[in-house]
Amino acid sequence: MSEIVSKHTVSVLVDNEPGVLARVIGLISGRGYNIDSLTVAEVDAEKHISRITIVAPGTEQTVNKMISQLQRIVPVKRAANVTFENQGIEREMALVKIVSTGEKRVESMRLSDVFRARVIDTTHDSFVFELNGSPRKIDAFIDLMKPLGLSEVSRTGVVAIARGTEKM
Amino acid sequence: MVNMQMTGAQMVLQAFEDHQVDTIFGYPGGAVLPIYDELAKERDTNQPIRHYLVRHEQGASHSAEGYARSSGKVGVMLVTSGPGVTNAVTGLTDAMMDSIPIVCISGQVPTHLIGTDAFQECDAVGITRPCTKHNWLVKDINDLSRILHEAFYVASSGRPGPVLVDIPKDIQFQTGTYIGPETVKHKSYRPKLKANIDQIDDALKLIANAEKPIFYTGGGVINSGNAAVQLLREFVRLTGFPITSTLQGLGAYPGDDSQFIGMLGMHGTYEANMAMNECDLMINIGARFDDRITGKIDEFSPNSKKIHIDIDPSSINKIVKVDVPLIGDVAHVLEDSIKLWKSKVYKINKPSLKEWWKTIDKWKEKDSLKYVSDKNIIKPQHAIQRLYELTKDKDVFVTTEVGQHQMWAAQYYKFNKPNRWITSGGLGTMGFGLPAAIGAQVAHPDKLVIDIAGEASILMCIQEMSTAIQHKLPVKIFIINNQYMGMVRQWQELLHDKRYSHSYTDALPDFVKLAEAYGAKGIRVQKPNELDKAINEMIEYDGPVIFDCVVEQNENVFPMIPSGKAHNEMLLGDETEKEEISDEGKVLV
Repeated sequence: MSEIVSKHTVSVLVDNEPGVLARVIGLISGRGYNIDSLTVAEVDAEKHISRITIVAPGTEQTVNKMISQLQRIVPVKRAANVTFENQGIEREMALVKIVSTGEKRVESMRLSDVFRARVIDTTHDSFVFELNGSPRKIDAFIDLMKPLGLSEVSRTGVVAIARGTEKM
Repeated sequence: MVNMQMTGAQMVLQAFEDHQVDTIFGYPGGAVLPIYDELAKERDTNQPIRHYLVRHEQGASHSAEGYARSSGKVGVMLVTSGPGVTNAVTGLTDAMMDSIPIVCISGQVPTHLIGTDAFQECDAVGITRPCTKHNWLVKDINDLSRILHEAFYVASSGRPGPVLVDIPKDIQFQTGTYIGPETVKHKSYRPKLKANIDQIDDALKLIANAEKPIFYTGGGVINSGNAAVQLLREFVRLTGFPITSTLQGLGAYPGDDSQFIGMLGMHGTYEANMAMNECDLMINIGARFDDRITGKIDEFSPNSKKIHIDIDPSSINKIVKVDVPLIGDVAHVLEDSIKLWKSKVYKINKPSLKEWWKTIDKWKEKDSLKYVSDKNIIKPQHAIQRLYELTKDKDVFVTTEVGQHQMWAAQYYKFNKPNRWITSGGLGTMGFGLPAAIGAQVAHPDKLVIDIAGEASILMCIQEMSTAIQHKLPVKIFIINNQYMGMVRQWQELLHDKRYSHSYTDALPDFVKLAEAYGAKGIRVQKPNELDKAINEMIEYDGPVIFDCVVEQNENVFPMIPSGKAHNEMLLGDETEKEEISDEGKVLV
């Protein structure tokens, strides 16, 4: 098994009941794992099922252990590693505020085009871009914007799903 | 019974009845008064619930554990809000670690006061989240009956564990609809009971080909129930393999059987640990590769294939990587295994097994549990051996506290039946033994129940003597009194150059007078030649006894695998040369 520490994306399907998020997060912190990002939302309103997506650093072995621990939680229905390398698709949305004027402002506008970011708010001195894509793409965009007046970033955290016909 | 109108407090009692609960351990308080009121009203009915009033909520939790462990039923406890819950936390954690089914009902401040720092308010579900298998805060009267049924289901199915249902006082007073348990099915929790049959076949092939096999069994066998115990015995006899057990598994296989080579682990026998180290096939049934068992993990049984039967998938590969995982209930897996073994006409490798037994018998000759007797002072091992010899013809239930006496009890008291040995293994809770003995005595009123205790541990829940007296529970407390927190002293001797920092108890009570103060009988013995007579006196006394057995102060528990060492690096006794324990070993517990 690989001993390399990398980011893993874990999807957890849970019964949407009070305290379920606290149970999942409490277990992860209580057993000494870290979390890079976390998203949660109800995905089945009739059956009251929520999907939690966790990005956590670790070796494949530690992440597998974390998954089997998660499966011990009574309201957890399923948990799986849906990392990109395991045939998963990962997406994230970011809102990026740029405060600048003159050439920098023009350049940020031009680059946003390359990344297919949309302008959703503007003043004479600022833009707010909306950007979708893989976490890596968003990281790259933010890096490019740093010298161009990057002021503030808000990210949703990763959501992920398996490719193809496979269902969790 | 389906869909009746009743109050929340009545629902709690109705759920007890529907789940065949006739015994609870508890302590009243403001936030559970409506439930206690129902208990009072019910007192005059045909079959009232027997409520055992403890003296501290920790006592209630351990009594519920002792009751559950000794009977195979769910233990039930009832506590009030705030301190009632926080006092129960130790017992809930203990039950979580040792997989004991407990349903804890706690009162809570009324819903409109939750979150206001009200009198005796605490975040019960928050505090108990990591120490219960699951817990619920009931905010709507019409959820209560469903939650109570789910609580019993979750506590007792799969890998058992404690659950807590927190019921605000206003919910206890409100009237709502009670639904019977038959209509309630948990939304998602369905533990897998049967293992994959192809994987069972893979395991059997390994068993048939093994040259140096060993069964390593744990508390999971006992939790699975009597069927599992019988199937284990059948399978072990069918193969003729040696078998060792963890602390929690003692009694699943008869302790005096020739195939049983003793407990393994930190204070296990030489032959059991050596066999684990040198085996070529390990069959783990319902054990979890606990650190007390494995010793140094890198050198744990380096040359063996490993089969692991466990109902909890998260136990598989958690600490030790296994070759054939069988996820399922022990009884189901063993039943399928035996059937398949017979239908495929598998045969064991007899000549190799014979050689293997010869090797094991060589290790046995070390007689690792031997100790030097003394005419003038009682050796603790001798005290427990005599206790065993004088009680073995009875069906005895033994509980323990935690420390040296616990290990000596595990080593020298032999158990031939499951559920007779009740000890705090995972959490290692001092103060466990007396309340657990009370719980076991409640479940088995006519049986002999002995708490093998240390003089330090017993003081941690000594108040439960009062419970024993009030409810006429004739538990026997057999104190191995060496005036030290013996296990702490032993570690200070081995790891900290005999600097006995705060491990000596000055000003111990006079245990005989203490017994008498509670209305029990006290016996003190200081000489080896008085021991047998005194033990018989204790057994024959109809009522609780505190037996103060004054023993050699400096005796250590051997054999011992020191921290950070492997199975084949055991210390066998005081005479063995002591190797320096590495700094890496010292940080381990």
